[in-house]
Amino acid sequence: MTPGWHLRRRKLVSAAMTGACALAVLVALVPLASILVFIVARGLSSLDWDFFTKLPKPTGEAGGGMANAIAGSAKLILLASLVAVPVGVLAGLYVAEYRGRRLASAVRFAADVLNGIPSIVVGIFAYGTVVLPMHRFSAIAGAVALAIMMVPLVARTTEEMVLLVPEMLREGGMALGATRTQVAFSLVLPAALPGILTGVLVAVARIAGETAPLLFTSFNNQFWSSRIDQPTASLTVQIYSYAISPYDDLHRQAWAGALVLVVLILAVSLLARLFTRRLERMAGR
Amino acid sequence: MRRRGGDDGGLELGTSAVAVLVVALVAAIGLELLHGSRLSIAKFGWSFWTGRDWDPVSGEFGALPFIWGTFYSSLLALLVAAPVGVGIAVFTTDVVPPRFRRPLAFLAELLAAVPSIVYGLWGIFVLVPVVRGLETVVSRTPLRKLPLFSGPPYGLGMLSAGLILALMVIPYVSSVSREVLQAVPVAQREAAYALGATRWEAIRAALHYGRTGILGAVFLGFGRAFGETMAVTMVIGNNPQLSASLFAPQYSMAAVIANEFSEATGDLYLHALTEIGLVLFVITLLVNAASRLLIWSVQRGPGRVSDGVPAPETIPPARAGEAA
Repeated sequence: MTPGWHLRRRKLVSAAMTGACALAVLVALVPLASILVFIVARGLSSLDWDFFTKLPKPTGEAGGGMANAIAGSAKLILLASLVAVPVGVLAGLYVAEYRGRRLASAVRFAADVLNGIPSIVVGIFAYGTVVLPMHRFSAIAGAVALAIMMVPLVARTTEEMVLLVPEMLREGGMALGATRTQVAFSLVLPAALPGILTGVLVAVARIAGETAPLLFTSFNNQFWSSRIDQPTASLTVQIYSYAISPYDDLHRQAWAGALVLVVLILAVSLLARLFTRRLERMAGR
Repeated sequence: MRRRGGDDGGLELGTSAVAVLVVALVAAIGLELLHGSRLSIAKFGWSFWTGRDWDPVSGEFGALPFIWGTFYSSLLALLVAAPVGVGIAVFTTDVVPPRFRRPLAFLAELLAAVPSIVYGLWGIFVLVPVVRGLETVVSRTPLRKLPLFSGPPYGLGMLSAGLILALMVIPYVSSVSREVLQAVPVAQREAAYALGATRWEAIRAALHYGRTGILGAVFLGFGRAFGETMAVTMVIGNNPQLSASLFAPQYSMAAVIANEFSEATGDLYLHALTEIGLVLFVITLLVNAASRLLIWSVQRGPGRVSDGVPAPETIPPARAGEAA
């Protein structure tokens, strides 16, 4: 056994393992490409104007659209944000401004826990606390479930962004005689606002794709519903019920819905990314 | 303490009230799940988790097939996702030229941006037919005698569920592993190279250094796979049975809740489903806590080389893809 042989073997192993790592990237990217291609191809061929303007047709009839589901999703996201953004921002502000307190660590821990709870379990919670007392499925129940998933995301970004605000800004405010509350709301939060907004967009992109927590909270609805105490259709639940139905026409609509959903999520994520870019440039990085 | 002057206490009062609310929410979720499953807990006790029969009509509820399906599919997913995720992390930190690193990592993390329902849709119409073809080929060979490959090739079943879960978990494993690898001091790799190590030997040294963090990344992936609902529900076949076969249609804890919760008639049925949710809650809590501890320990652990290497970015609370 010559030393040359040994080195050759080591180099061979190195090349093989590097190749295996490249293969790992392929293993991830090929399905990703397949998913995107199928969504775009099947989605585009099934998408028409009716999809955005019409209600679902009764089962068996061709045509119809998901207008009410798109509006329903928008309603759910808006309601959830109305609750989750103030709660998340204030909780994040507390954690950042009162670092080291026991409650601050408890909030961080709670946010981590909330972040990890399976969304279906959040749905059960919303069912027990909203649907059961109201005796019906409703947009409120769905929004509560989504808001619970949003709070930890908003709280965490708020905390990070508030920590980035220079101490000098706070001291300047204090020196001018402002109270701590005034400093927080007129100086610190506005300075952190672009970052917080990014966090909110990221959170919206995440909950927009949620299905499981809506199945037995906002449920589904084949018609328009302007009220928030009624069952409400959503894009994701509608895609689900169409996907598992036996009809080709509904499958087509499910693909169209998936395309719309993914485009919406990507658009929101892209917007968030643009904000981040601007932030980084402002920070001089 | 700094910033004492001008503190009117209002800020602390207002924000801490909301902060308490967030902490209370976690407790409320746990209590509500416990409360919502009390009938089932009282009636079945531990036998709920060892019973094999799930028959709502006769009021018989045994959750063993769901536990089995959830563990089976999650472990199967990790068997694929752990090597692939770590491989991606290595490739995008150590192998590829620097300017391709971020774009490639971003692409891999795009997998986390695809909603579960879209995975499910793709799973039903694209993955399942492919898996069925694969299973048909395997069941023509003598391999079919193994318990792992027994039964007819449906396509819908454990293999499809495991594969789709693997795809969904890969970005979590890869992004956290990547950050762990980046947190390994440069001196570690430089020392390996200085000793004449090949590229892979240097990478292995780095992987060894960050092994606890990598394990944390895998745990994190497990936590994700464990509670994943929609995609699994759509491809696992929804048949409560204890089978070792990859081809067999089975069921998972999250899937049975998704399928039966809104149609559950009778309080006991609802409580049984809620008890499954309670256990999902507890297990994901434990798994996530374990993964967080492991990931943290890499950064705080002893043996950090202080050599003027800039401090690595702190590892964020484990949400891949979303930073993108």
